Amino acid sequence: MSRSLIPVSRIGVEERAAALGRRSIKTTAKRQGILLATSMIDLTTLEGADTPGKVRHLCAKAVCPDPARPEIPSVAAVCVYPSLVAVAREALEGTGVKVASVATGFPSGQTSLAVKVEETRDAVAAGATEIDMVISREAYLAGDDARVAHEIQAVKEACGSAHLKVILETAELPTYAHVRHASQLAIDAGADVIKTSTGKASQGATPGVVLVMLETVRDHFERTRQVVGVKAAGGVSTTKAALHMLVLVKETLGDEWLTPDRFRIGASSLLNDLLLQYAKLDGGHYGRPEDFSKE
Amino acid sequence: MTRRSLVAKTYKLYLGGAFVRSESGRSDPTTDHAGAHVANVPRSSRKDVRDAVKAARAAQGGWAKRTAYNRGQILYRFAEALESRSEELARAAVAQQDAALPAARAELGAAVDLLVHYAGWTDKFQAVMGGINPVAAPYLSFSTAEPTGVVAVLAPDEPDVLGLIREVAPALAAGNTVVAIVSRRWPLRALDLGEVAGVSDVPGGVLNLLCGRLDELLTPLCGHRDVNAIVDATGERSKVVDELAAETVKRVSRPAPDGDTLARIEALTELKTAWHPVGS
Amino acid sequence: MTATRTKLHWDYAPAPESRDAATLKPSYDLFIGGAWSAPTDGTRIKTINPATEEELAEVAFAGPGDVARAVEAARAAAPGWAATAPLERGKYLFRIARLIQERARELAVVETLDGGKPIRESRDVDIPLAAAHFFSYAGWADKLDYALAGRAHAPRGVVGQVVPWNFPLLMAAWKLAPALACGNTAVLKPAETTPLTALLLAEIVQESGLPDGVINIIPGDGSAGAALVRSNVDKVAFTGSTAVGKEIQRALAGTDVGLTLELGGKSANILFEDAALDQAVEGIIEGIFFNQGHVCCAGSRLLLQESVAEEVVRKLWARMERLRVGDPLDKNTDVGAINSAEQLARISELVEAGEREGATRRSITCALPETGYWFPPTLFLDVAPANRITVEEIFGPVVSVMTFRTPKEAVERANNSAYGLAAGVWTDNGAKAFEVASALRAGVVWQNTYNKFDPTAAFGGYKESGFGREGGPAGLLPYVRLT
Repeated sequence: MSRSLIPVSRIGVEERAAALGRRSIKTTAKRQGILLATSMIDLTTLEGADTPGKVRHLCAKAVCPDPARPEIPSVAAVCVYPSLVAVAREALEGTGVKVASVATGFPSGQTSLAVKVEETRDAVAAGATEIDMVISREAYLAGDDARVAHEIQAVKEACGSAHLKVILETAELPTYAHVRHASQLAIDAGADVIKTSTGKASQGATPGVVLVMLETVRDHFERTRQVVGVKAAGGVSTTKAALHMLVLVKETLGDEWLTPDRFRIGASSLLNDLLLQYAKLDGGHYGRPEDFSKE
Repeated sequence: MTRRSLVAKTYKLYLGGAFVRSESGRSDPTTDHAGAHVANVPRSSRKDVRDAVKAARAAQGGWAKRTAYNRGQILYRFAEALESRSEELARAAVAQQDAALPAARAELGAAVDLLVHYAGWTDKFQAVMGGINPVAAPYLSFSTAEPTGVVAVLAPDEPDVLGLIREVAPALAAGNTVVAIVSRRWPLRALDLGEVAGVSDVPGGVLNLLCGRLDELLTPLCGHRDVNAIVDATGERSKVVDELAAETVKRVSRPAPDGDTLARIEALTELKTAWHPVGS
Repeated sequence: MTATRTKLHWDYAPAPESRDAATLKPSYDLFIGGAWSAPTDGTRIKTINPATEEELAEVAFAGPGDVARAVEAARAAAPGWAATAPLERGKYLFRIARLIQERARELAVVETLDGGKPIRESRDVDIPLAAAHFFSYAGWADKLDYALAGRAHAPRGVVGQVVPWNFPLLMAAWKLAPALACGNTAVLKPAETTPLTALLLAEIVQESGLPDGVINIIPGDGSAGAALVRSNVDKVAFTGSTAVGKEIQRALAGTDVGLTLELGGKSANILFEDAALDQAVEGIIEGIFFNQGHVCCAGSRLLLQESVAEEVVRKLWARMERLRVGDPLDKNTDVGAINSAEQLARISELVEAGEREGATRRSITCALPETGYWFPPTLFLDVAPANRITVEEIFGPVVSVMTFRTPKEAVERANNSAYGLAAGVWTDNGAKAFEVASALRAGVVWQNTYNKFDPTAAFGGYKESGFGREGGPAGLLPYVRLT
């Protein structure tokens, strides 16, 4: 079945995204930006080797990233595999940091819908209030928009009151026009948040991809007044990259969208770089890796 | 008072942006004009050839994707770096080859000037070679000259520096990467050119300089299936080179020493013609 | 520890580029015959920063005698330069390119201080392109035979070149590089309000070792330019207003002096319904607000296909409201100061005319500094083809919007102008893009982009936007005589 794609110019997108990356964020703006970015992080661990011990350490860091600097806020959420949701929920009880779980055969999504739905229900039952699902690229790349949408709807239903983030895995989509199209498809099928990547593919949240997704969400809001969030995940590992994300949000959607309720950054090593840069603003000297715990 | 002894140089190959010995572990002695021993040089093997071609292929895509302006700037920097070592290299020719100093300086000057000349070709040969084809139908038809890919250069024995630059510079200017077998009789200054390239922002693998015996290296290099073109500047007109090339239809050129510079570029490019309808 | 949430307001802190990079002398003389000399019959003026009205430096302005002196110096240097081996000529130009790159930051800061354009533009566009232009033409010096299809040729001799205030250093590069590559010597007259980067270029020329008199740089006002084009030069190159261009053409009537003109424009940016809309909106913004609209090829007429007009205007307006207007030295500034009080008055006059003639004006609200010359980015709707704001070049941050129904109508509207410098075409359909491009009477057609410049790509106008091309091998033609 043939689609009709809204045209998107790669050169134009990348020029605009790069130009916004040249904004100069200094002094007070940098300090505020670091705090803001920190509050938007979904602190993530998605490894085969994850254990309850590892997740507990991560949660401690999520709640209090730098004990020496209490003005640094908690992150938005911790993101783990379904088997570790219960551990995370217990560790984060009463802290305000949310529990997010991947589901639906993350990261490849190559499994049956029934399994995807059951995994979602299990994660929610264990205490996840946010579910990060992957779209079926197998269906999308075969041109089957209807099946992609159907899966999203089924998972959304299984979420109950939990928020649904839909991962597009943009590195596997052919062009920016497809990023736009898949974004709208996910929004129409019930996504609360559209997310760039699993973090397991060759490319993650490039500035160009994030820009296109923000534009889609902006136009959707203009048409319907419905707010859909965006999550940039994968490859955002430096303060510079995180601030670039904030600039993209600010100049595409406006300051009102600079909130963890509407924008998230999925990351693991980013947090330490934010802390390092914050400390430099504070103390004036360049830092070193051992100044902060790895978890 | 003890006289200070000199730390003698170990001559290395320039391969994949690094300075390495031959994987064979072998070396050959080189002599000066009077037959006296000067230094040892690596005796490259067919595995060195294999590694060099692999490095050249890996680097070719990125080199070709850079803007013409950037390639021009890098070649100009190569000229700057060579200029700064010209006096040293001229004196080396006097010592090693019994060259007259003015002639040696002239050779270096010409090599530097040739690099400057080719630095100036990178963003111009398109305009001269390619263009819009005024076809007799409602289509936009245009032809662009693209680099052929990995180029094998058989440098002449003499002049050792100018003869090598003369064939390497046009290949690089057009966006190709190079595996060159340097002068057999006078390899030392030619290998020093690897050092010059190494400080000139030339990306690793774009230029590879091998030193060794031509009869050991000719077949592995000219028969390597992943080499796209051969520039044979040895002056020998070997049938073997042509026959090896025929196996994968390699382009072979034997430019005259003082031949046209654009023609050297043309020999190492492929013309691509594209068509697109005009009409709404 | 309870989670805290940060406030929902985040703005960029001031990010001024440091002025330390620019070491301006308190006073500059004229650069003639490889040396600095005081004006004999000229004056001295104070050049100011249009963003703050502060004085930057004192600059000598050439009088008629100084102009003649400069031309004599160029004339004296001409035979030696023409006889210089072509590759050697090229090497001087390569050196100048490298020196511009070394002093890039300083040149960018001075360009912004003297002219009012955002530092982001001086730094990322003007200075790099100026260096690239010298670098590219350096390489033509010893390859003229290839550019001229093997025809016998010789330099013209002495060229008189007058450049405008909107891209001071870049326009100087566009003029000097090809002239010298072809073996000519030059007298350059920078614009009245922006002499400084040309004077720094003179310092660079000295450092490069270029023989005396090959390049002479003499700031001055309109009278100096008028004197230069009528003096003993073999060729004149002028970039500036169409009105002055016509005067020059008249002045040279009956002479053998070569002439190229790069004049004004009222370029149409044409947006089709099947364009990539968000990127097209960026292109419109770039087309008219880059350099405050002080661009000869600015996309000052916006032609929207009616089916998407409303949506595009909405997106365009939202985008305009995000433009940051202010201190040009701030790295986050998008739109800087108007170059002079005179230019501001011209823009204001035309905008008022637009309102009087019944168009609907919308200007963004932005806090403008109290000193300096400023104009907010402005959009005019309900514009008629005969309005002054549709016909005349405003040379400011003002765009006039009209609609069309079919490609044919778009082309007709776009061509309905005495000007013909540039045009933009936005559509995802390649065949349509090429067809429209070939029907437009404009010297530069940007498809799905705008304001792209390169030393290898010829630039110049049709009709009253001038004649002759700069850039590419075509840019060499005006500077040689075929013999």
